[in-house]
Amino acid sequence: MTIPPIDGTVTATAASGETAKRRHIVVRLLQDPVAICCIFVLLLLTAASVLAPFLTDQDPIKSSLAETLAPMSQQHPLGADGVGRDVVARLLYGGQTSLAAACVAVLVAFAVGVPAGLFGGYYRGRADAILAWASNFIMAVPAIIILLVVMAAVSQSTYVAMAVLGLIVSPSVYRLVRASVVSVREELFVDAAKVSGLSDARIMRRHILPVVQAPSIIQAAQIFGVSIGIQAGIAFLGLGSPTEASWGAMLNDAFANIYSAPLLLLWPALIICMTTASLALLANSLRDSLSGSRRRPTRHSDRVRDGAPSSEGSAAGDFAEVADDVLLAVDNLKVDYPVDGGRRTVVDGVSLTVRRGQVLGLVGESGSGKSQTAFSLLGLLPPEARVSAGRLLFDGAEMKGLGRSAMNRLRGKRIAYVPQEPMSNLDPSFTIGSQLAEPVRQHMKVSAKEAKALLLGLLERVGINDPARVYSSYPHQISGGMAQRVLIAGAISCDPDLLIADEPTTALDVTVQAEILDLIRSLQAERNMGVILVTHDFGVVADICDRVAVMHTGKIVETASVKELFSAPQDAYTRMLLSSTLEDATPRSPLKSMPKLPKRAQTA
Amino acid sequence: MAVFLIRRLLAGILLVILVASATYILLNYTGSDVARNIVGETATPEQALAKAAELGLDRPLGARYFDWLGTTLSGDLGKSWFNNVPVSTTLFNGLPVTLSIIFGALILSALVSVILGSLAAVRAGWFDKTVQASAVLADSIPGFLVALVLAMVVAVNLGWLPATGFVPFQRSAVEWLRSITLPSVALAFGATAATTLQLRGSMLDVLKLDYVRTLRSRGLSDRRIVFKHVLRNAAPPAVTVLSLQFIGLVGGAVIVEKVFGLRGIGSIATSAAVQGDAPVVLGVVIVMVLIVVVVNLIADLAYGWLNPKVRAE
Amino acid sequence: MIASVEVPAESHNGSDGPLLSIENVTVQYPSKKWRSPDFLALKGVSLDIRAGETVGLVGESGSGKTTLGRAVLGLAPVTTGLIRYDGQVISAMNRNQRRSLSDEIQVVFQDPYTSLNPALTVLDILTEPLLTAGTRRAEAEQRVKDLLEQVHLPRDASNRLPREFSGGQRQRIAIARALCRDPRLIVCDEPVSALDLSNQSRVLDLFIEIQERTGVSYLFVTHDLSVVRYISHRVAVMYKGEIIETGDAAKVTTQPKEAYTQKLLLAAPVPDPARQASRRAARQKFSAKLHVAGPFENPAS
Repeated sequence: MTIPPIDGTVTATAASGETAKRRHIVVRLLQDPVAICCIFVLLLLTAASVLAPFLTDQDPIKSSLAETLAPMSQQHPLGADGVGRDVVARLLYGGQTSLAAACVAVLVAFAVGVPAGLFGGYYRGRADAILAWASNFIMAVPAIIILLVVMAAVSQSTYVAMAVLGLIVSPSVYRLVRASVVSVREELFVDAAKVSGLSDARIMRRHILPVVQAPSIIQAAQIFGVSIGIQAGIAFLGLGSPTEASWGAMLNDAFANIYSAPLLLLWPALIICMTTASLALLANSLRDSLSGSRRRPTRHSDRVRDGAPSSEGSAAGDFAEVADDVLLAVDNLKVDYPVDGGRRTVVDGVSLTVRRGQVLGLVGESGSGKSQTAFSLLGLLPPEARVSAGRLLFDGAEMKGLGRSAMNRLRGKRIAYVPQEPMSNLDPSFTIGSQLAEPVRQHMKVSAKEAKALLLGLLERVGINDPARVYSSYPHQISGGMAQRVLIAGAISCDPDLLIADEPTTALDVTVQAEILDLIRSLQAERNMGVILVTHDFGVVADICDRVAVMHTGKIVETASVKELFSAPQDAYTRMLLSSTLEDATPRSPLKSMPKLPKRAQTA
Repeated sequence: MAVFLIRRLLAGILLVILVASATYILLNYTGSDVARNIVGETATPEQALAKAAELGLDRPLGARYFDWLGTTLSGDLGKSWFNNVPVSTTLFNGLPVTLSIIFGALILSALVSVILGSLAAVRAGWFDKTVQASAVLADSIPGFLVALVLAMVVAVNLGWLPATGFVPFQRSAVEWLRSITLPSVALAFGATAATTLQLRGSMLDVLKLDYVRTLRSRGLSDRRIVFKHVLRNAAPPAVTVLSLQFIGLVGGAVIVEKVFGLRGIGSIATSAAVQGDAPVVLGVVIVMVLIVVVVNLIADLAYGWLNPKVRAE
Repeated sequence: MIASVEVPAESHNGSDGPLLSIENVTVQYPSKKWRSPDFLALKGVSLDIRAGETVGLVGESGSGKTTLGRAVLGLAPVTTGLIRYDGQVISAMNRNQRRSLSDEIQVVFQDPYTSLNPALTVLDILTEPLLTAGTRRAEAEQRVKDLLEQVHLPRDASNRLPREFSGGQRQRIAIARALCRDPRLIVCDEPVSALDLSNQSRVLDLFIEIQERTGVSYLFVTHDLSVVRYISHRVAVMYKGEIIETGDAAKVTTQPKEAYTQKLLLAAPVPDPARQASRRAARQKFSAKLHVAGPFENPAS
């Protein structure tokens, strides 16, 4: 196979880390049996074509009427074609033409597409607009038609045709390269490189080209396959040069004799399919090895498994036996994920209790398992997660083992969720009204009209001035703060008993955060809801929570009332966290004396 | 949106003119021996020259080009150099055949790819693996080889469907459908595979998004989430891929028509190109690019309908 | 709105003027949509930074604080106004002239996940600016060892990839990269916002420690008043593309003059239930008062 030109430009100067990473991909590729088979087939075909003169003494071009449609024999292992040419010789020599011409197409496509993509993507502006325009034009014309015209008017040569095909498909290379460049040049590390004084050429070579490389190799394999197919197509139409043996020309001849010698069709068709399929599968394997492990887990299961109840006094969490005002009681909750050769536990024996009208803060740093705990209660973890619990009582009833439809009757209706990032949690394709009304109609069994009336009232309640306009707006038409109000309105729309809010104010500005916290507090009081509030911010905890559970590496290290926690934290980790808050640190005093610095040369 | 569509329409018209002009120049600049081809091998050089003069081939290229551009823009595509039949008549006869099979293939690809793509995205495991592997393979195999196999097996060996020929819709709807089934299926193969892979990929991407989790948190059923919300959001990139594949369908029709012995504009183009019949080739080029422009415009409309952000602009 | 506030460039100990002076800078982005007005990210901003000083730039999203930092770095186009560094006008420089400033002005970005090229080792990331400047490789590698020590990272860090480090450690790598060429000014764009609480204070301490040792100046962009109070000598508050208040950090972050700054301060929750309750009450009273007067619109509605 051919190595696209782009490859060589980087390797010479590539950093050690980069080469290490690339070798890694090759190694991974070589562990894939499909990829190995494909490479083997392609190498074999190439070798057979190159060595054609040594493998057969038959002439692939010269016709011999005496041997028209000769059957298989010692002299013609696969017989002879409609004008008496040896099939094996034509397959082998045809491979030379087909493979070399496909190389021409790939080379031309890359020679045109890569510089255009790098240039257009990096500098943008007018040149980029013109390039984009030109590429759209070229892509809108069926390739076969252009090739028909070119072959009729200019040259019958397969190589010329493939060079033209290379031009025709170069927009796909241009687009790919440009897209990669655009995405990389927006990265902060490219900005950092600019500030570090790197020249554009160096930024291109060190930071941008390596990103383009791998997708380019995939693209090359695809273009190679396409050119083999198109080549065969035009030769099949009878437009190829009669002096060149090619797989397509063999098809054309075989098609003419389809009723008398159908087998003639088989050999070129088989070899073309083998080539294009190997290329496609190889490209696919490459893509997989690039995107890392791709295996998706099986179906979603919302079911919480049986787990052991926590042993006496083992955890710092609290699990209260059913009492009248206990809304949620969790005992020994565990969440783990499969990792290479084992499972990683992210929630490790959490026990907690939420009473009606109580706000429980679940606080911890990133990776503490606080969000995982919240999602597991809603059955919203990714399917590969395994959740188990000793007991999981919601309003006195066991939630463990509930199937999806049973969970769906609870979710949204009795347990509601407020997410962290308001904008990404609204479906951009539907109006706010339509996506809020959907669960209301399902859970409350009301008409569209009633649902709308209810929701307009709620939107007003959460502080939206013009509910009717927001109701018929799409998510991109409203601000982040308003989106969070909309999500809160959605969460309380079916009058839930428990609200689980996952960092509901982290993505918001501090002034908006204060308003949203006020809103959650007043709604909670007015509806006597239980709330689990996941946060990393002790200020938010102090503002809104009644009780606090502090999480660290999957475990609850301390549970206390908010007053006790701040005045007398028991656990060392809690104390460390509280002492890290900057709120009470002394302000830095104004700059007193100027440090004496070496004066640098000035060029004012 | 309206401004955008008008701009796309103008760009499309410009594209037709540019492509046709390039084709004209290519055909006329190099096709020097056309007159000799027309009058035949036995004619005298004088006869050939006379024919060339009759077709205006002795005039300078620039002058001929502008004459041609003028008449073409007025809607007159001229007459064939070989049989004097007006090009528009030839195209008019061939268009129903080609339109039937390419739109048949388009509808087939859209339907099958939505079904296979969304099922593969939702069902992990063997079904997904099978769809993925067969789509990768189907995409890689040249469509006309599929056509050859279908013609051999389904039509010739099994005799279920006709191997060659086209029956106009007006004569018999059933026979029309039977006559375009195999060509459409063969043509749809690659486009279906590519669109299925795209739809599967973009649905998997959408399934990972935050709002899907939020929809689940509201107790909506999986079927509703997947087929209403996820499919809708994953559709735009698939529409783009399908509209790009359509361009391939138009080109692929040229070859598939030969396999099934259909007299569509593809086979008209092939024989005209081999002969060097410039007016006919030009006519086909113009019509094919026009079809692509119209379908791309429809795809733009669909894209805007699916994507409220685009619609607003 | 309030007109841009003049920042007095007080003369200290006979120093000759500020290290960086931003004079009435406007940054305008052409609108992407057809025929809609251009977007004014900065509307005539003026600010000085002296040698060895930290100026905190605080504001909410969309206030233009990040744009101002990027304008100083030459990553955002200055439409009108001047930015002077050490007396030299740098706002009109092209990319090539700008490269000569790379050993004077450096940057630490917010997101330590995207500001380091994931494909390069720490050694490559840190030697890159040095090799660009023409330092010999052996010398550059020695320098990297010193730098890693300065930012308290293990010595063996240099052969590892960024993804092998935690957020706080990555931010230390980014700081080391900024320090490579001994700059006199570092623009810090929300450098601790993505970090966990316990890492935040450690990284801020590192910034202060470096400043005390090298006398570098910081333009410290953040949305967090408590961070700005901790690290800054002086603070500038931005709102909708303008600086509305400047002054000593202690003063601005505890007893602000402007209504907007007061609102900002009252909105930040205190990690103490009793004090937060009284702050909340004060905020609600304050916003009720503002609602009547209405000096600025509520960003949420």
